[in-house]
Amino acid sequence: MDIPTNYLLALSGVLFILGALGVLTRRNAIVIFMSIELMLNSANLAFITFARSFEDMIGQIMVFFVIAVAAAEVAVGLALIVAIFKTKQSIDVDQISSMKG
Amino acid sequence: MNLSEVTQPGGLFTLAPLIIAFPVAGLLINMIIGRRLSERLVGAIACIAVAASFIIAILQFVALQAEPEGVQVVVADWIMIGSLHVPWALKVDTLSVTMMMMVTGVSTLIHLYAVGYMHDDVRFQGDPGRYTRFFIFFNLFVAAMMVLVSADNYLMMFVGWEGVGLCSYLLIGFWYEKGKDGIGNAIAGKKAFITNRIGDFGFLIAMFLIFWNFKSLQFDEVFHLAEHGGTVGVGVLTAITLFMLLGVTGKSAQIPLFVWLPDAMAGPTPVSALIHAATMVTAGIYLIVRNSVLFTLAPVASDVVAIIGATTALVAATIAVGQFDIKRVLAYSTISQLGFMVAAAGVGAYVAAMFHLVTHAFFKALLFLSAGSVIVGVEHGLHDSGDHGGDHHDFDPNDMRNMGGLRAKMKTTFLVYLVGSLALAGIPPLAGFFSKDEILADANQKFLLVYILLAIAAVFTAFYMGRQILMVFFGEPRSKAAEHARENPPIMTYPLIGLAFLAVTGGVLNLPGVHSLTDWLEHTLEHVHASEFNLFVALLSTILALIAIWVAWGIYGRRTLTKGQSDPLRKSLGPVFTAMEMKYWVDEFYNWLVIRPYIRLASFLADVIDWRFWHDWFHDTVIARSFRGLTHWLAMGFDLPVIDGAANGLASLVKGASTRLRILQTGFVRNYALSFFVGLLLILSYILFR
Repeated sequence: MDIPTNYLLALSGVLFILGALGVLTRRNAIVIFMSIELMLNSANLAFITFARSFEDMIGQIMVFFVIAVAAAEVAVGLALIVAIFKTKQSIDVDQISSMKG
Repeated sequence: MNLSEVTQPGGLFTLAPLIIAFPVAGLLINMIIGRRLSERLVGAIACIAVAASFIIAILQFVALQAEPEGVQVVVADWIMIGSLHVPWALKVDTLSVTMMMMVTGVSTLIHLYAVGYMHDDVRFQGDPGRYTRFFIFFNLFVAAMMVLVSADNYLMMFVGWEGVGLCSYLLIGFWYEKGKDGIGNAIAGKKAFITNRIGDFGFLIAMFLIFWNFKSLQFDEVFHLAEHGGTVGVGVLTAITLFMLLGVTGKSAQIPLFVWLPDAMAGPTPVSALIHAATMVTAGIYLIVRNSVLFTLAPVASDVVAIIGATTALVAATIAVGQFDIKRVLAYSTISQLGFMVAAAGVGAYVAAMFHLVTHAFFKALLFLSAGSVIVGVEHGLHDSGDHGGDHHDFDPNDMRNMGGLRAKMKTTFLVYLVGSLALAGIPPLAGFFSKDEILADANQKFLLVYILLAIAAVFTAFYMGRQILMVFFGEPRSKAAEHARENPPIMTYPLIGLAFLAVTGGVLNLPGVHSLTDWLEHTLEHVHASEFNLFVALLSTILALIAIWVAWGIYGRRTLTKGQSDPLRKSLGPVFTAMEMKYWVDEFYNWLVIRPYIRLASFLADVIDWRFWHDWFHDTVIARSFRGLTHWLAMGFDLPVIDGAANGLASLVKGASTRLRILQTGFVRNYALSFFVGLLLILSYILFR
C-alpha cells in the first residue's frame, strides 16, 4: 500500500493547524496541552513520512527525541497547572492575567 | 647742561642737604616716639632740629665767602623723561642762603617761644595731648620752606611751595574743632588752602609755559636762554611772569587773593608769626626776585606787579585802621608790608625787596609773638580773675577793646612791642626805616605813582600801630582779665628780646653807602645796583610817620578809651570807618561772585545731574528696567518653555510611548501565543516569497 507522501504531509499539516487552533482558542489549560501534544505529534508524522520517503533512519531517531522531550515538557507543564490550580482554583488561562500592564 | 655730569662741589657745600634733612629727622622722631616723650623733650627735639638747620645755613654762608657765585649740589635724580631732566638739587647761592639764614634763624627763635606758648595754649583749649602734633607740623613747615628756597629748578620749588601751603592749612586748623560754630578754624584753614591753590594754578601754568618755551625747568638754564637765546618773545615772557604773579598773589596775600591771611589768624600765634609773617608769605617775593631776569625782560608785567603791590599796601593799611582784633591788625599790616615788597620787586628794586623781607621778618615776628604774649597774659588774667563759665566763651582775649593798661602788668612785652611798632612805622635808626626807605627811594626814582601809594600806606602804617599800642598798653584796663594780666615766663620773653635786638640792629644789613646786602646779592642777581640815599624821601617819610603817631596819640592817647566806649574814629569818619572795619566787604563780595554760584553749580550737578538724571532716570529706569526685562524674558520666555519644555517633553514622549505599548501586555497567554504564530507566519512568508 503506497500512501503517497503528499497525503501524509497534508495530514501532518492539518493536524498541526488543528493543534495550533486549539492552542489559540481553548481556555482549558489541559486542552491547550493536548493541542500542543497534537502539534508535536504532527511534527513526528512529518519526520516519519520523510524517513520513509528518503529511506533514511535518521527521521525515526528524531521522533524518539521529540517524544522524550514532549514527555518531559508535559510533566513540567502539568506540575505548573497543579501549582496554578492550588492558587486560583481554576485552570482557565484567561484568568491568569496578573502580568497585565 | 646735564646736571648729573657737573662735578659736585666740595667742602662745606656738601652739608647743604642737611638743611632739609634735620627738620625732617626732627619731625620723624616726634611722630614715631613723640607720644612717649615729655613735652619738654618734644619741644627740645624740634628746636634742636631747626637750630641745626640754622647752623648749616651759617656754614653755607661761610662757604660762599670763598665762592660767591654759588654752586649746585645735586642730591638725586628725580624725573628723567625725554628732554625733561629734573633732579633733586640745591642751589646754594647768595640769594637762597639769605633766605635760608633768615628762615631758620627766625624759626629757631619762634620754636623756642612756641615751647612755652603751646604749653599754655593746649591747656587753655583743653587738649594737652596735641602738643607733639604742633611741633611735627612746625618742623614739616621748616623742611618744606627749605626745599622751596634751596630749589634749583621750578618743579622742586613747587614741591616746597605746595608743602608750605599744606603746613599752613594744617596749622591754621590746628584746633580744628574750635572756632566759630565749632568749625571756624577748619573753614579758615580750608580757605587758606583753596585760595593758595588758585595761586598755585598760576605757578603751574607759568611752569608749563617755561618748559614749553625753554625746554628746561632749571633756573640757570632758563635765565640764560631768556637773556641770550632770543627765541622767546616778550609776549611769552609777559604771560609767564603774569601767571607767576598770580601765584605770588596767592602765596603772599596780595590783591585779589589776600582774603585768606586775616582768617589764618585762627591758628595759634607762633603759626601766625612764623608762617604768615616771616616765612611762607615771603615765598612769593622770593619767587619774583629769583626770576628777576624774566621780570626785567617783561616790563609790562613788572609794572603790573608794582601796581598790585602798591595798591595792596594802601588798601590793607586802611583796613588795619578799623580792626579791633590784635592779630587782625597785624595780619593786615603784614599784607600791607608784603605789598611794599612786591611793589619794590615790581619797580626793579630787588635788593630793597629782599632787605625789607628780612627786616620785616624780624619785627613782624616780634610783633606777632608779643601779641601772643599779650593774649596769653590776658588769658592768664581771665583764669586768675575767676571770670569762668559763660564768660569764658563770650570773652575774646584777642579783642583790643578788652585790653588796656597792660604797660604796667607786662613790662617786657610792652617794651619789645614798642620796639617792633617803631620799626614797622619806619622810625630811624630802627631796621624798618632803612629797608622801607630804600623801597621808597627806588620807587620815587622809577615809578612815581607807586611811590605816592606806598608813602600814603606808610603814613597809615604808623597811625594804626600807634592806635594799637595806645589801645592795648595805655589807659585803664577795660576788663577784669586785663586787670589781672601778668607777664610770661622767660622761655617766651627771651626770644622776644632776641627779635627786638634784630629789629633794632637789622638796618646794618644794607646801610646806605655801605650796602653790604646789595653787594652780596649782586653775585646772584645780575642787574642790581646800589641805590643812592635820597635824603628828601627819608626825611619826608620820617616826618609823616611821626605826624601819624602824633595824630594817633591825639585820638587815642590823650583821652584813652574807657570800657564799652566805641572807637572815636567811628564818629568822625562814620561810614568810611565801617567800611574799613568790614574790610570793604571783600569776603562778602567773593562769596557772592564766586562761592555762591559755585555751590549752586555743585548742587545742580549733584542733585539734578547725578542723582535725578543719572541715578534715578538712567540707572533705575533705563538700565534696571531693561535688565529686569531681559532676565524676565530669559527666565519665563526662554528657560521655562524651551529648556524645561525639552526636558518635560522628552519625559512625556516616553510616557506616551509606554502608554501605547502597554496595550500589548494583556497578560493573556493566548495573546502571546497568537503573536508567536503571527511572527512565525511573517518569517515563513518572508523565506518563501523572497
